[in-house]
Amino acid sequence: MEFFIEKAILLNGFACILFVILIFFFLAKDGLALFKFVTIQDFLFGTLWNPLAEPPQFGILPLFLGSLIVTLGATIISVPLGMACAIFIGEIAPRWMRETLKAGVELLAAIPSIVIGFIGMTMLGPVVKNLFHLPTGLTALTGALALAFMAIPTIVSIMEDAISSVPRIYKEGSLALGATHWQTIYRVIIPAASSGIVAAVMLGIGRVIGETMAVMMLTGNASVIPKTILAPVRTMTATIAAEMGETVRGSEHYFALFALGLVLFVITFFINLVADAALHRKQK
Amino acid sequence: MKIRAKSHLKISTQTQQKIAFTFLGIASILVIVPVIVIFVILIQKGLPAINWQFLTAMPRMGMRAGGIFPAIMGTLYLVSGTIVVALPLGVLAAIYLVEYARQNFLTRMIEVAIVNLAGVPSVVYGLFGMGLFVIYLKLGVSIIAGALTLAIMILPVIITSSKEALQSVPRSFREASLALGVSKWQTICCVVLPNALPGILTGTILGISRAAGETAPILFTVAAFYLPRLPKSIFDQCMALPYHLYVLSTQVPNVNPKIQYGTALVLVGIVFLLNLVAIIVRSHIRSKKQW
Repeated sequence: MEFFIEKAILLNGFACILFVILIFFFLAKDGLALFKFVTIQDFLFGTLWNPLAEPPQFGILPLFLGSLIVTLGATIISVPLGMACAIFIGEIAPRWMRETLKAGVELLAAIPSIVIGFIGMTMLGPVVKNLFHLPTGLTALTGALALAFMAIPTIVSIMEDAISSVPRIYKEGSLALGATHWQTIYRVIIPAASSGIVAAVMLGIGRVIGETMAVMMLTGNASVIPKTILAPVRTMTATIAAEMGETVRGSEHYFALFALGLVLFVITFFINLVADAALHRKQK
Repeated sequence: MKIRAKSHLKISTQTQQKIAFTFLGIASILVIVPVIVIFVILIQKGLPAINWQFLTAMPRMGMRAGGIFPAIMGTLYLVSGTIVVALPLGVLAAIYLVEYARQNFLTRMIEVAIVNLAGVPSVVYGLFGMGLFVIYLKLGVSIIAGALTLAIMILPVIITSSKEALQSVPRSFREASLALGVSKWQTICCVVLPNALPGILTGTILGISRAAGETAPILFTVAAFYLPRLPKSIFDQCMALPYHLYVLSTQVPNVNPKIQYGTALVLVGIVFLLNLVAIIVRSHIRSKKQW
């Protein structure tokens, strides 16, 4: 009896590896089928995504750049804010404030992306539109702003862990030498926590790249190569979510969306590997 | 000149600190403000829509009127299905990692796999669920396909928190039990698991709240655009709250905003309630833990 239970537990342990392989396999199975119709160069570097054209165009460059500009924008906003918040929570805030802030950040993480998208559409969009006198409020900037707040909880919680795991003696040594608390924070604690901070930023970026619903509702869905951050863009994730419903199973378009999913999977896979390596180095 | 500059710097370190801390405080407030704003907006605009009829009636007139009952029930079905699959799988995997696994390459691979599962974009889970469950295993667009997809998505959340919970049970508990001649598995299920249960529960609740709010994984695996009846079996399609909100806010023209905000409020209400329970359970454990 016990023998079987232990074997079952062992199998479960390997389930996660199995799932990652399965995900890769099922994306690759249908995604790679695309290259019977389209060359890899045309797919990766083609500047036109128009599945309904004759012949259909499957260049993912505009979608990739769309994802890139939204991600960059969100990162620029979320990293400084998240870092500041993590330092404040970890080092400065009094106990009651720390608990309140932490609960607030957790609730921010809990808001479903569809709700962020909905509120962004009805509230943030018009603000962006009027502020910059644009024809539409649904732009890369709108998406980046909303996504920044979806990445912040990830960034804050991992950075806060990194900051609070810096050994106390480092801090005490620095303070004993006459450094102020702030000098200690940015000269001693932040460098000591740097690998955790890198991991936090990477995971935040991973979260933003993979985000789908909010980005689909907020960025305006124009699959053209973006010239400014105030133009509507379309990301890779939004393309899959928006077009999968209309495709015919087994068509080129269907395969192209799986290929896009494969590209996304590979990108996030490497981001996560880097983040994990950074976190792991810290523990040694 | 040099001395003056130095003394100037020395005086200002305290001021520097004050300025820096002020900025950090402002940034932290900026992070929290959207939570409050979203809350206030949703309650202000959504609360008037919510009444008994809204919660328990079928949608009518192409979803422009009536209630959201099938969407609420759909989300409940999906979440229960997800938990039935993910909880045993996740807890057993955590038991393996904490109690059985040795520090070797394979274990490291499992950990890397968990991290990567946690980072896979939700829409990619949707594609995967469609490829494996809907098409390959021929489950069709159904509750079971959606629940399985969501289960794999929340697996990392459950494993990670269960692992933490198991690790926080002191070694001496296990040693005492083993010393009494109890077998390893009996020790795990009668001594370790009961002590780790609250922590596992917290992680499970957080996983549920994630599953309840996700839209992208259910887009192609379960969600029905408009289905004003309850699903007949687990092989039936169903509506779900997040997808319903998506449909109401982008696919159907001229929907009364009251209904949109009401739906959003119900969804956020469910998710927040779950999170609140998790937070309370966790702080309760922390305050009661004696070892």
